[in-house]
Amino acid sequence: MTREEIIEKVNGFLIDEFEIEETRISPDANFKDDLELESLDFVDIVVIIERDFGFKVKSEELVHIRQLSDLYNYIEEQVKNKN
Amino acid sequence: MKRVVITGMGIYSTIGKNLDEVNNSLYNGISGIGIDPKRIEDGFRSPLTGIIERPNLKDLLPRRLRIGIPEQGEYAYVATMEALELARIDEDFRLKNEIGILYGNDSSAIPVINAIDIVREKKDTMLVGSGSIFQSMNSTITMNLSVILKLRGINFTISGACASSSHAIGMAMILIQQGLQDIIICGGGQEVNAESMGSFDGLSAFSMRIDEPTKASRPFDRDRDGLVPSGGAATVIVESYESAIKRGAPILAELTGYGFSSNGDHISVPNVEGPTRSLENALKYANTRPDEIDYINAHATSTPVGDLNEAQALYNVFGSRPPVNATKSMTGHEMWMGGASEIIYSILMMQNSYIAPTLNFENPDEYSAKLNLSGKRIEKKIDTFLSNSFGFGGTNSTLILKKYNKK
Repeated sequence: MTREEIIEKVNGFLIDEFEIEETRISPDANFKDDLELESLDFVDIVVIIERDFGFKVKSEELVHIRQLSDLYNYIEEQVKNKN
Repeated sequence: MKRVVITGMGIYSTIGKNLDEVNNSLYNGISGIGIDPKRIEDGFRSPLTGIIERPNLKDLLPRRLRIGIPEQGEYAYVATMEALELARIDEDFRLKNEIGILYGNDSSAIPVINAIDIVREKKDTMLVGSGSIFQSMNSTITMNLSVILKLRGINFTISGACASSSHAIGMAMILIQQGLQDIIICGGGQEVNAESMGSFDGLSAFSMRIDEPTKASRPFDRDRDGLVPSGGAATVIVESYESAIKRGAPILAELTGYGFSSNGDHISVPNVEGPTRSLENALKYANTRPDEIDYINAHATSTPVGDLNEAQALYNVFGSRPPVNATKSMTGHEMWMGGASEIIYSILMMQNSYIAPTLNFENPDEYSAKLNLSGKRIEKKIDTFLSNSFGFGGTNSTLILKKYNKK
């Protein structure tokens, strides 16, 4: 899976399932301040990552994810390790 | 003690998705009962159930406020918004005043089942998702609605089996009479799905009249063979008289009596003595004589023994005079919702001066023959009515309401 495909999938679920307006989505968008997501929402992000990317997230790994590009990087790394 | 009135009501049920539709169904004796194919697939004894369409809240609430709401919570949201609108309580008023919520609910099967399925399959609790816990708890309706509506008064769920929402209204009445709250959102919600009803189906309590779904629920009829499970949600706004007058709210009825009792007997088989005490306690509380009751909305679920014993209790207290009907003949048994929905059905009948037919009441049995029952609609002025709700464990609740009179 390429980085572009990862970005497309992540942005897709943020728009479709978290109902975030497309215009608010950018690599430097902060989850809390810009996307207005809270800690409960990260539980659902974990569910979607497992469904869409096929790996289980450990909650402690999410501590350093502040902005959207952090999430792209994290998923890219995990997908690489899986392969 | 303060006077207590009803200033709003709303309903989402198997016989209509709002007050107008429900009133039309009651007036014309339209049944909400049908067959659920999933229950046939799942090996149920009876696939009979109230048929209801789930509302779509996607355009009405943002995701975070929506994902903790289970099926019966969706019904409760729609019913409550109708009730608040009728009561003229908007968000601005809710933010400036302390409003409470007491709602009846006694199960939330689907989210519990789904969560356990995921944990068993994935061995990872995080994969259950964030909404499940809030959908799973019995207090799901009050916890969700209190957040959505920004309520700051009393806030909890009453679980009293099939008397849950009747007790919720009774408890609200007491709190308002004592001056502890001015406005309480009350009601009951009931999920309608196969998963929540399998264990009840297994007790052989449901009607087997599968070939004629609309004839299956036949309270007080000699040939009744069991209840039909059903559901939805019903909300009433219970308010102090002073508060209602102060804000110019419509007064739909006055709540004057609440009686309760426990049978202290069998877990599922009702008796005569417990319900009789509940009726007597409600009359005493309301300072009302039996001959002042113009109409009785019986609990009457269409089970052989339940209706038999209620008929005796009603006869013991009221004799043969007051008209009695069973709206469950149309709706099926709305369980946790039934106490509140039947207050709404009765208020609609009081407002429009009729008593809905007890559908399928064709031949009485020995005890129902002594009551004033009819299979047909009766045009009748109602000033005071009484409504019964009984539940597993022998919990009984009776409410008395009157047409609003300034005096």
